[in-house]
Amino acid sequence: MGLEEKIPDSVILTTLDKMVNWAHKRSMWPLGFGLACCAIEMMSTFAAHFDLSRYGMEVMRPSPRQADLMIVAGRVSMKMAPVLRTLYDQMPNPKWVISMGACASCGGIFNNYAILQGVDRIVPVDVYVPGCPPRPEQLMQGILKLQEKVDRESIKDKRDEWGRAAV
Amino acid sequence: MEPRDRIRQLLTEQFSGSVIKEENFRNEQTFFVKPDAILDICQALLEDAELKVDYLADLTSVDWLGHEERMGGRFEVVYNLYSISTHYRFFIKVMLPADKPEISSVTAVWPGANWMEREVYDLMGIVFTGHPDLKRILTPDGFEGYPLRRDYPLTYEVPQFSWNKNDPPEVIT
Repeated sequence: MGLEEKIPDSVILTTLDKMVNWAHKRSMWPLGFGLACCAIEMMSTFAAHFDLSRYGMEVMRPSPRQADLMIVAGRVSMKMAPVLRTLYDQMPNPKWVISMGACASCGGIFNNYAILQGVDRIVPVDVYVPGCPPRPEQLMQGILKLQEKVDRESIKDKRDEWGRAAV
Repeated sequence: MEPRDRIRQLLTEQFSGSVIKEENFRNEQTFFVKPDAILDICQALLEDAELKVDYLADLTSVDWLGHEERMGGRFEVVYNLYSISTHYRFFIKVMLPADKPEISSVTAVWPGANWMEREVYDLMGIVFTGHPDLKRILTPDGFEGYPLRRDYPLTYEVPQFSWNKNDPPEVIT
């Protein structure tokens, strides 16, 4: 259009998708959801040594109404499962879920009556982070993977029942 | 009189027909008593002026599946008792049969037994008669079975490997 040549320092031409995705991925607010020992590693990820605020997602929200990322850190007991699902439903769209650690992903070593065998039975999971517990670097890798995934989304994408884009 | 001797004296004098045996292991004193006498024994221990067994530190249970004949019953209820004034701890154990694990509640003696008995009922399936509110306490609503029994399945689901990764999850019962 020639607009950039006339005012080169003030205007960037881009697509709406790119702008929306950039806003989504660079200020993702996680819901503080520590359930077990993985939560210690998650806290460590957010704290000074690893400093997750470099990726723009250090604002832990105590309320699901203000969060758009749920990091399920730890084993989910059968009693906690309906609570977790309620919190997920309370989060506004768009929302993402990271399943952190072996227990959240598949039950881990707790193959017994008290523990849910994988959090993907009740909420849709975007990124699985393996480990028992995963080190902060691994969680950060998972978060970067999630940012890559968000970057591929489009507002024209078909949405599933949870309002998530099929990437 | 030492608490150890006073307990023995009290139990043998007042409840001679109900005490099965006494065991001493590394200064731990344990009495095995009959189930129908537990409420009277506990009341007497609490009211005794010299002992004043005023603290039920713990109430738990053991499943002796496969050792019923040696132990004289399948389920063992353990009362971990402590006297705060004399600083003395001892144990009372009761054996219960597998087909009808029932025993009187001691909530009338120590109100703190309430939740402990509910936990034992929840996880081991022992019924405490006379309990004010005997319902499950730890497991989710609608849970069936008693998970800490020896014959309860150890694992919950069939683990998924490469040969069954496409099968739906199968719960072991």
